[in-house]
Amino acid sequence: MTDQPLLSVRNISRHYGAHIGCEDVSFDLYPGEVMGIVGESGSGKSTLLNCMAGHLTPDRGQVVFDTRADGPRDTVTMSEPERRMLSRTDWAFVHQHARDGLRMGVSAGGNVGERLMAVGARNYGDIRTKATDWLGRVEIDATRIDDRPSTFSGGMQQRLQIARNLVTGPRLVFMDEPTGGLDVSVQARLLDLLRGLVRDMGLSAVIVTHDLAVVRLLADRLMVMKSGRVVEQGLTDQVLDDPQHGYTQLLVSSVLQV
Amino acid sequence: MYVAVKGGERAIENAHAWLAEERRGDPSVPELTIAQIREQLSLSVNRVMAEGSLYDPDLAALAIKQARGDLIEAVFLIRAYRTTLPRFGASAPVATADMACDRRVSATFKDVPGGQVLGPTFDYTHRLLDFKLAAEGETPPAPQREADPAPVPHVTGFLNQEGLIEEAPHDDTPPPDLTREPLKMPADRSLRLQALSRADEGFTLGLAYSTQRGYGRNHAFVGELRIGTVPVEMEIPELGFAIEIGEVTLTECETVNQFTGSKTEPPQFTRGYGLVFGQTERKAISMALVDRALRWEELGEDDTGAPAQDAEFVLYHADNIQATGFLEHIKLPHYVDFQSELELVRKLRRDVQSTQTKEAAE
Amino acid sequence: MTEQAYNFAYLDEQTKRMIRRAILKGLAIPGYQVPFASREMPMPYGWGTGGVQVSAAVLCPEDRMKVIDQGADDTTNAVSIRSFFERTAGVETTTSTAEASVIQTRHRVPEMALSEGQILVYQVPIPEPLRFLEPRESETRKMHSLEEYGLMHVKLYEDIARHGHIATAYAYPVKVEGRYVMDPSPIPKFDNPKLSDCAAIQLFGAGREQRIYALPPYTSVVSLDFEDHPFEASKPDHPCGLCGAEDSYLDEVIMDDAGGRMFVCSDTDFCEARRLAGHKGKDAA
Repeated sequence: MTDQPLLSVRNISRHYGAHIGCEDVSFDLYPGEVMGIVGESGSGKSTLLNCMAGHLTPDRGQVVFDTRADGPRDTVTMSEPERRMLSRTDWAFVHQHARDGLRMGVSAGGNVGERLMAVGARNYGDIRTKATDWLGRVEIDATRIDDRPSTFSGGMQQRLQIARNLVTGPRLVFMDEPTGGLDVSVQARLLDLLRGLVRDMGLSAVIVTHDLAVVRLLADRLMVMKSGRVVEQGLTDQVLDDPQHGYTQLLVSSVLQV
Repeated sequence: MYVAVKGGERAIENAHAWLAEERRGDPSVPELTIAQIREQLSLSVNRVMAEGSLYDPDLAALAIKQARGDLIEAVFLIRAYRTTLPRFGASAPVATADMACDRRVSATFKDVPGGQVLGPTFDYTHRLLDFKLAAEGETPPAPQREADPAPVPHVTGFLNQEGLIEEAPHDDTPPPDLTREPLKMPADRSLRLQALSRADEGFTLGLAYSTQRGYGRNHAFVGELRIGTVPVEMEIPELGFAIEIGEVTLTECETVNQFTGSKTEPPQFTRGYGLVFGQTERKAISMALVDRALRWEELGEDDTGAPAQDAEFVLYHADNIQATGFLEHIKLPHYVDFQSELELVRKLRRDVQSTQTKEAAE
Repeated sequence: MTEQAYNFAYLDEQTKRMIRRAILKGLAIPGYQVPFASREMPMPYGWGTGGVQVSAAVLCPEDRMKVIDQGADDTTNAVSIRSFFERTAGVETTTSTAEASVIQTRHRVPEMALSEGQILVYQVPIPEPLRFLEPRESETRKMHSLEEYGLMHVKLYEDIARHGHIATAYAYPVKVEGRYVMDPSPIPKFDNPKLSDCAAIQLFGAGREQRIYALPPYTSVVSLDFEDHPFEASKPDHPCGLCGAEDSYLDEVIMDDAGGRMFVCSDTDFCEARRLAGHKGKDAA
């Protein structure tokens, strides 16, 4: 780990009318680190994630990212072209529903290749080789490269979405309930795959989930959110094995693991 | 020997001559006059004025005659003519509260100040063909009574007194002009209403109906429907005051829509609005329903993905002159694009066949 | 004879000024689609109203105008638009590409290289090259302004993956001066190379969609492709049956019920000029 955080979130707040989405959230994420954010639905974790990824504009606060070109920059106040450029190069976003993150009418190869082409890849053969390689890494048979994701199972679609996101070697991955909506056995395989990728690629990631098994496996550190606020944070094992806050204790002891 | 086709010009001239003959029909049948169309096909005339965006019953009647009764073609003639008219200025907004109503009904209250006036409506006619009309008999005069001079206030105003309906805030910003500026998205409500007012009746009806069946449902009551004449006034800069320059018949519909509140708005009734030239009741009600559906965003409602909630979809496809032109242009020659497709399909077929032959050989 | 009831070239001067402003903006930002308040014309949307408005805005009384549709001067819609300008502007018309100062076209670029001082006006049905990938206008405008053109190549990628070739035969997308991706109008891709480095001004008018875009003389226009699947300006592999030209775009004409067909130049002026100069194809009398 270096001294410089890759992502530095400062006092992020977002309200919906009188209702609090998230309130005054701050944390640092260092290169190679995986941050888990847990909480039940309505706790504000998805609002926070969307504020960080630039899908929502926070009412207050900064999301400072250590850019390759200019060092730390606040992505909230950055121009939209710059932010969109980031989200197709150094950032990746894995949606809960693969449909939201894939082009369902485009072949698997085209889905993986899109980010490459977006940053200027113009050699069909190279794009195809890379796409084939990535399909392999997410355990999708290379013969499916020209099939559309609509013919894939839910688990395959999710793995395809991950390949599509990671193909350009992003430095930061946002994941929104990546295992949500999948069967338990499919979840296990996906988690295993994600763990391998995180370890091999040294990915930095922010993972939002209500599933403690996910963070136990993937996250180095953990933030617990309730009613829009962070109630506890620390190393994952520490928080899960010795929860301090009453809500965390409830979360850990209850059967929230869906 | 092949000679390239020539004589497009002659073909066009002959087609036009034939068209003129067909328009006239059997010359032993008396020719329709503009006045007959204006007086006896007045609902067609109204539709052509509304969708043609030009209030002139005689011109609309002429267009209907020239178009052989094809109303979209008639609207097209009016629109093309309208383009060439110089624009002297804009009228003051018409005061529909002061309308001299021929018809005024409310579905939300049994009785209201100003009363319920059925007026000349098809509503309670039994749809039985009236063979007397085929015999060209005289129509007996309708019973008359003195017009009631009492004012006919807007029904939504009563709800407003209790604060039960959303305010329609007064706004003096000049609305954008759809006929002078390119349509831009996102379109604000005044621009949307403008587009809907001249939109195709059938398209608007279909969309409105879809909201009733659950595609962007907003549970509308006709708070009020009124048809009648209003004076049109124009501010003359040299005079410094507004003078009356004429009178137009309008149909206005305000719907009252149930609304349980959203993140940003309290529970209250909300409004949908329709205003159309002439007696064009079906169109005005449809317009109000579609207007209300399009307001989901400002009211903080959910986007259910319904076609009637999608402003780009509605506004870009509502204009029948744009639609019919583009639809019909596929009749024009496309030899060149077709030729390039022909070459491509042949090439793709050759590839497939050669692959198959190769596979068979292996 | 000019119809006195209407202004020169039909449109009033104010409207023409508005269109000229859009054209100038288009020329200043080659390939950028400039919104303009398209007027209702006395011909249907989709039949060249955009081209007609652009032509009306650039025409001067001393101009000589040529109108082609599918490359030919005598197709019905070309005849109709030519007679519209004869009636409303009283300008001289011609079928000769070389003699015309303003050429309005639908679906073709003349075979003969154009020269400085000429204006080529294209009729455009759908100006947005991204439209069939992304139906939303608000989104496509953003994609243009941020140069997000990855999706365009996805479409070409999909073609190759499925067919082994880029299966776009006309309206083949181009990139202008390394910046804007542009729809060249539904010309066959055979014509694409003529757009680049052209001496004439090229103007594109889309009436129904309310857009004008432009290429100033000598603009670089590159057809999108992949390094290993380069763009190919293809045409039917035959010489013209009438004039014997090997390098012109051809129409395929069905001759009889037995599948007999011949290929003839789609550019009628080009073909006639060659025949007058003594060239003869195998099917010529």
